[in-house]
Amino acid sequence: MKIAKLQELLDAKVLCCEENLGKHVYSAFGCDLMSDVLAYVTDQAVLLTGLVNPQVIRTALMMDMVCIIFVRSKSPNEEMIELAKENGIVMMSTNKTLYTTCGILYSNGLVGTAEVQK
Amino acid sequence: MSERLNFRFEVAGDDFTSAGQASVQVKKILRQLGMETDFIKRVSIAMYEGEINMVIHAGGGVAEVNVCEDHVEIILEDHGPGIADIEKAMQAGYSTAPDSVRSLGFGAGMGLPNMKKNSDSMDISSVVGEGTRIVMRVNI
Repeated sequence: MKIAKLQELLDAKVLCCEENLGKHVYSAFGCDLMSDVLAYVTDQAVLLTGLVNPQVIRTALMMDMVCIIFVRSKSPNEEMIELAKENGIVMMSTNKTLYTTCGILYSNGLVGTAEVQK
Repeated sequence: MSERLNFRFEVAGDDFTSAGQASVQVKKILRQLGMETDFIKRVSIAMYEGEINMVIHAGGGVAEVNVCEDHVEIILEDHGPGIADIEKAMQAGYSTAPDSVRSLGFGAGMGLPNMKKNSDSMDISSVVGEGTRIVMRVNI
């Protein structure tokens, strides 16, 4: 799914890297625990989170994620926006909750990251 | 590449917001060297988890990265409290991190197992009260 489509479905505000709205994401991962993002994300996914700190951006960067969507109207500070800009990561903010955000994207065909094997 | 490249980073322990900066640098360097995406990702995850651990548990330390012909070696050394039970620390979900760290998105007890998963070999030597040294090797 194109990042532009995510933006449209969630009526999200684009915070940086608008030029990359044409890039694709193939799955989504919704989580406030960066440890789990580092452990379970496998492909080019979008990160949906309500956590706001620079580690969110660095975690996404480590995982080659191209888009971060902050839920519950959370918004990153200037330092975080700069870090995302340097690395071409699209950041958006939506007023929807994590559950609703996931539901909208899932029902429009965006799958989750592969299930966790114990 | 026959020359071995060596990089050294001081990891500050007093500021959580800067945690991960060394790993970001290393990722950039490996990209510039034209290495394969999946390989860079493995090195990045292994090092980032280690770097976060040093900040959370040990008050910072030193990270050294050696880029060799057929592998990358990451050496993380700190003078923190040490790991009392390495076997236990290696179990997924086991963590001694305080709640304040969990509210920042870490401390789930996934760090060490994830470092092992993303490296081809990992050696931990630790002395309680003196510090910890971790050597990871990721084969190209």
